[in-house]
Amino acid sequence: MTMIFGVPLAVFMGQLTLGLVNGAFYALLSLGLAVIFGLLKIVNFAHGAQYMLGAFAALLGFRYLGINYWLALLLVPLVVGAFGVLLERFLLRRIAHLDHLYGLLLTFGLALIFEGTLVNFFGVSGARYATPEILQGGLNLGFMFLPTYRAWVLVAALAMCLFTWFMIERTRLGAYLRAGTENSQLMQAFGVNVPLLITLTYGFGVALAAFAGVLAAPLYPVSPTMGSSLLIVVFAVVVIGGMGSILGAIITGLAMGIIEGLTKVYYPEASNTVIFFVMIVVLMLRPVGLFGKEA
Amino acid sequence: MMTESQPMAAPSAVMERQKRAKFRRNMFYLALIVVGLVAPFLAYPVFLMKVLCFALFACAFNLLLGYAGLLSFGHAAFLATGGYVTGYLLASYPGLTPELGIIAGTVMATLLGVLFGVLSIRRQGIYFAMVTLAIAQLVYFMFVQAPFTGGEDGLHGVPRGELFGFISLSSNLAMYYFVFAIFIFGFALIQRTVHSPFGQVLKAIRENEPRAVSLGYNADAYKLVAFVISAGLAGLAGSTKTVVFQLASLTDAHWHMSGEVILMTLLGGVGTLLGPLMGAGIVVSLQHILAQSPLGNWVSVILGIIFVFCVLSFRSGIVGELDKMYRKNFK
Repeated sequence: MTMIFGVPLAVFMGQLTLGLVNGAFYALLSLGLAVIFGLLKIVNFAHGAQYMLGAFAALLGFRYLGINYWLALLLVPLVVGAFGVLLERFLLRRIAHLDHLYGLLLTFGLALIFEGTLVNFFGVSGARYATPEILQGGLNLGFMFLPTYRAWVLVAALAMCLFTWFMIERTRLGAYLRAGTENSQLMQAFGVNVPLLITLTYGFGVALAAFAGVLAAPLYPVSPTMGSSLLIVVFAVVVIGGMGSILGAIITGLAMGIIEGLTKVYYPEASNTVIFFVMIVVLMLRPVGLFGKEA
Repeated sequence: MMTESQPMAAPSAVMERQKRAKFRRNMFYLALIVVGLVAPFLAYPVFLMKVLCFALFACAFNLLLGYAGLLSFGHAAFLATGGYVTGYLLASYPGLTPELGIIAGTVMATLLGVLFGVLSIRRQGIYFAMVTLAIAQLVYFMFVQAPFTGGEDGLHGVPRGELFGFISLSSNLAMYYFVFAIFIFGFALIQRTVHSPFGQVLKAIRENEPRAVSLGYNADAYKLVAFVISAGLAGLAGSTKTVVFQLASLTDAHWHMSGEVILMTLLGGVGTLLGPLMGAGIVVSLQHILAQSPLGNWVSVILGIIFVFCVLSFRSGIVGELDKMYRKNFK
């Protein structure tokens, strides 16, 4: 059997895939944070809770309305995104003129409310969400066994990342968004409806989190606390990559997933802390982050 | 501003006013101390000790947010470090007196503060919050895995011991006065820091960092010192709490705790000396009352709602609002 640094190839590749899948979630979530941060200048602390809401919406939609996975993948981001639009319009906008730390505190409060409410109704132990039939099973690649659903998550998450990149870098709406990130007052002077743009941007960022939540539902236990611990890791990823660039967020997310996966193979004790250590090293060597643009 | 044409009597009038303000402030503190001394006869001492520990924790946090403008989302790490180190030492070495255990815990938290500070002040604003949160999570995972913390169970049965080797702390009243003395010490240290030239520079950096730097102040060094003092006092609060409740657990290291101390400070009034004391009192009382009511499971939702409410329409906090009212009506 082929060995890589004393580990069987199949185990190595298996952990690498797990790491890549985790990395895809880091990428999707940090992308959403970066999009929101670009225009609103706030860190959306409710991002983890909104990811969790996405997973729960898929679970409850299936249980009570019979909405299948594919429909959920389309509907849930729209519904949760619309909820995000309401949050921006009625809460975040009221404090937009203040120090941006207040935005962080407000979304932190919201995260506590969402998480606490769902804990009361569903407890902290997770529920299972069935993998759609067509994605069950796996492929035998000869050197490893690749579960179909994980492969699908990887493809779907990367496709969504590329779609977001395309929207922002290659469309007119994206051009507005980038211009608004640079100087929103000037944009407004040119007659662009900046408040509407901000509302839509927040809604889109939230929808990205919900999309990630639906993707995660068949993979991890669906529990009210599934988002918060993930979010802290995503924060570290954001600090490592810097929130300056879209591609930077995607690359950093995937890279951190791989590093975490490999740590699980070679030094499992450190697997849930390795990303924080990477963050510390990056802070010491390059404080603005790998792809950071600020001075 | 004073100008040349004003009469010479003016400076002494200003000094007179300042003197009177200082006198009033001292009388106020004296009254608070008297209230603190009488309090254990009017309320349950264990509850009061909990309030004082969290009040010291919140005051330490407020030194950073209110006077240096740095929002730390990782202060739970210092509270827990103080608690675990003190708890471990007192439980493993029976000869150790509680004050030495508390000093050791505080020193460890201070050292951790140096590490945290050096790393986190490299980033500002929102990034600072995220960096402190991430490092605190790292500390949390370390406590989960470390052999001396008892993992998920935590440390139990930490002896209160005898203060200085001859004052038994087993009675709640004796324990209360010890905690009260520690609180007074911490509060006085913060009060002195804020009103010292060092505190003035800190405020200047908070208001306009580039300007303070252009005046020749090393902003990073000032921030680091503020961070370390804050971390040390948070550790002192954690150490004291461990001696009072005779246990140290992962709850203190969890990010919820970092959020709670922010809420206490925000509710009481960021950047006011008494705000965190008041905020801690209210939050601890609320948790106490809710725990016995049918709403017991909704504590974190209710804290979240208060959070949102404070940010939306109560940003000066209770003490801040009272201060505004006082200035409007009596001056």
